[in-house]
Amino acid sequence: MRTIRIGAGAGYAGDRIEPAVELMKNGRLDYIIFECLAERTIALAQQEKLKDTEKGFNPLLEYRMDKILPLCAKNPIKVITNMGAANPVSAAKAIKAMAQERGIRGLKIAAVTGDDVYSNIGQYLELTVMETGKKLKEIQTSIISANAYIGMEGIVRALKENADIVITGRVSDPSLTVGPLMHEFGWEPADYERLGKATAAGHLLECGAQVTGGYFADPGYKEVEGLWNVGFPITEINENGDITLSKLPEAGGVVSTATVKEQIVYEIHDPAMYLTPDVIADFSQIEVDETSPDHVLVTGATGTRKSGFYKTSVGYQDGYIVEAEISYGGSGCFHRAKLAEEIIRKRIEHSNIHMKDFTIDFIGVSSLYGESISKSLNPNNLPSEVRLRIAARTSEQKDALAIGQEVEALYTNGPAGGGGVRVNIEDIVSIASILIPESDIHIDVLCEEV
Amino acid sequence: MKLKEIAHSRTGDKGNISNVSVIVYEMGDYEKVKNTVTADRVKEYFQEIVKGDVKRYELPKIGALNFVMENALGGGVTRSLAIDRHGKSLSSALMDMEIDLPD
Repeated sequence: MRTIRIGAGAGYAGDRIEPAVELMKNGRLDYIIFECLAERTIALAQQEKLKDTEKGFNPLLEYRMDKILPLCAKNPIKVITNMGAANPVSAAKAIKAMAQERGIRGLKIAAVTGDDVYSNIGQYLELTVMETGKKLKEIQTSIISANAYIGMEGIVRALKENADIVITGRVSDPSLTVGPLMHEFGWEPADYERLGKATAAGHLLECGAQVTGGYFADPGYKEVEGLWNVGFPITEINENGDITLSKLPEAGGVVSTATVKEQIVYEIHDPAMYLTPDVIADFSQIEVDETSPDHVLVTGATGTRKSGFYKTSVGYQDGYIVEAEISYGGSGCFHRAKLAEEIIRKRIEHSNIHMKDFTIDFIGVSSLYGESISKSLNPNNLPSEVRLRIAARTSEQKDALAIGQEVEALYTNGPAGGGGVRVNIEDIVSIASILIPESDIHIDVLCEEV
Repeated sequence: MKLKEIAHSRTGDKGNISNVSVIVYEMGDYEKVKNTVTADRVKEYFQEIVKGDVKRYELPKIGALNFVMENALGGGVTRSLAIDRHGKSLSSALMDMEIDLPD
């Protein structure tokens, strides 16, 4: 039976490039996908594009393409990536220019557009924001971007036009894998069972090393050999949609039923209703089987229908977050950190600092899990050092700065032995998610050739 | 015994929702873990962190439970003030839950 081999070249925007290069050289791949777009990355990219209309794609695009282009020219491996972010058309032009500089010929680079629905935003103001349950119009004046998670359609069209590199903006992560499988096997868009299986393959690839031993090791319980050199995953998919996951034998990491199970459940809610623009996938009856070392067969995924709605990320300016920290050590350090907390609370209370939200953590004591879980894990609660962390969200930068100054002032005005103050202020772009009808999306494919 | 002795786990995030898996190493432990680690128990365990509902989904053929916890990430990854904005470390806390398994 015919099979297609698809590898993962990145699991997030800043991921390592070496494992991708190794896969392209030695993985006998037909396709490699680079998933490089987190929830708010695209909103930040839209701001870049506003400053410079030629920018707004992944800042590592050129770094990655420098390594990948010579391999694309040598091997017939097709590249599919969402590194186009807010500007896939300019990204395709940038790749073309890089190929020309290197004397590489015979490549077709396709940009997929249609995810940017910012110009429609006026129609969506009455819609409910999924995160808050409030209407979108409440943040109307702060909105800077709106991008729908589009599906595999544009990728399939680009591959039909013989593209070697397909570069998209906001596409649902599994669609990067569903697209090539639809194209190669000629599956129908209403073949929801196979779309569900292809979505499972995409879901397993989209986080890179998270299925090959990354985000997994726990010495004494879950061992991983050579994690420093962890390889990226390869999926081999047949016409029935059965998936075999593996890695290069020479790469570090492990592919086991345990790593695969953890990644199947990663970032899903109801396993019978995994929503993508292509299909409502059903992973609830999925099965895994280790067929040989570092090879796991995944079967039993399916799908039911399409939802008809596209999740859309609306980016909006959301003020500032300040984080300020100071450390205390030795016996009594927790008491001194507590005294510093009291001082900060009183200083802010007696000031005219305006905050929207505020938190104080004791790193080394209770910063991750709060008091009750932390106490049950460590009943005596007596660390030899503790780091006090103050974090606040403010509308204005001056208030964020003032909070940072209050923490710095603990050096000379606070408890004994306070050291290592660090202050970081970020301006925040947040995401409000809405559901828009499929009919609002108009996909287009634009090709460049060298 | 800690849950960690018989199961493993991974946390994921979407917006302000965290999901934590509990996956048994031995399929024979699945029913027992299912009966012991309920949605109510997980909600109570994370009460200081999770402000919304906890729902439990089952993937019986891989011996996995999936706990979906709403309003769990301080408003969501992009605006949370928590040190661990994604809640990545929640799985480690859940694995330290003390359980008493019936034979």
